[in-house]
Amino acid sequence: MTTFRLHVRVVPRAGLLDPQGQAVEHALSALGFQEASNVRIGKAIELEVKAANATDAKARARAMCDKLLANPVTEDYLVEVEA
Amino acid sequence: MRRVAVVRFPGSNCDADTFRSAAIAGAEPYYVWHRETDLQGADAVMLPGGFSYGDYLRSGAIARFSPIMAAVQKFAREGGPVLGICNGFQILCEAGLLPGALMRNSRLSFVSRPVWLRVEQTDTAFTNQYSVGQVLKMPVAHGDGRFVADEATRRKLEAEGRVVVRYVNRDGGSPTEEINGSVNQIAGIVNDEGNVVGLMPHPDRASDPALGNTDGLGFFTSGVAGVVKER
Repeated sequence: MTTFRLHVRVVPRAGLLDPQGQAVEHALSALGFQEASNVRIGKAIELEVKAANATDAKARARAMCDKLLANPVTEDYLVEVEA
Repeated sequence: MRRVAVVRFPGSNCDADTFRSAAIAGAEPYYVWHRETDLQGADAVMLPGGFSYGDYLRSGAIARFSPIMAAVQKFAREGGPVLGICNGFQILCEAGLLPGALMRNSRLSFVSRPVWLRVEQTDTAFTNQYSVGQVLKMPVAHGDGRFVADEATRRKLEAEGRVVVRYVNRDGGSPTEEINGSVNQIAGIVNDEGNVVGLMPHPDRASDPALGNTDGLGFFTSGVAGVVKER
């Protein structure tokens, strides 16, 4: 068993109103960053997973997302294994 | 007399209001701690408002896996009446007992104020003492109250008459200002069988005559009456 470090990104599903993203986009624009658009705000979750290999570690993390870390109605997620 | 289990999670803060409202309605309420696994012969279950687990991760996401929730799931699937108020509604959605989800209010601010609701469906375990079209005044107090559901679910809810209460104006017409951005101004819904109801507004804060408003008492008297008509 090896301990893998994983990064999980959970973001509001495309098409759903993200008022936080809108507010931050507005603030960025007010600060002179007019080039910023489509700001979406989600969560970054870091965790360590003991597994036989990176593929298994990722599969377990995806199971965690399906069960708890993300809401399938409102959120999408992305799992990355740290090299 | 109907035995009403009021489930307490760490962070529940409307448990006493819900308990008292049930008692005023003539029920025999009792508390059940979330670590317990048995509903102790409940005739109805109520999940009160509050901030279970500090709303960590998502509102209701962790409470939904509390030990008592397995019993609540079983009770609901067997047709037992379950009412989720505010955080309780969020927990029911997270648990998959009701469709959709509650997201951050569209204006980001926590909304704490009285609102008006129109009763849309009375063939449920908790609204059978109201009449369709009745306008109720009730407080809301939430940060994550924007009801969302995918297009198919939304259409199904509307087509099957499963929107229980909707935000309206004082006169029952379309609201002139947005409460939380909920799709179709949905404030509360019911499951397919009519026994599981969730809503963001607080009938538990509008049931005691001492508070000057008893518009919400019907949710509790309905639960006591236990009349679920065929739809």
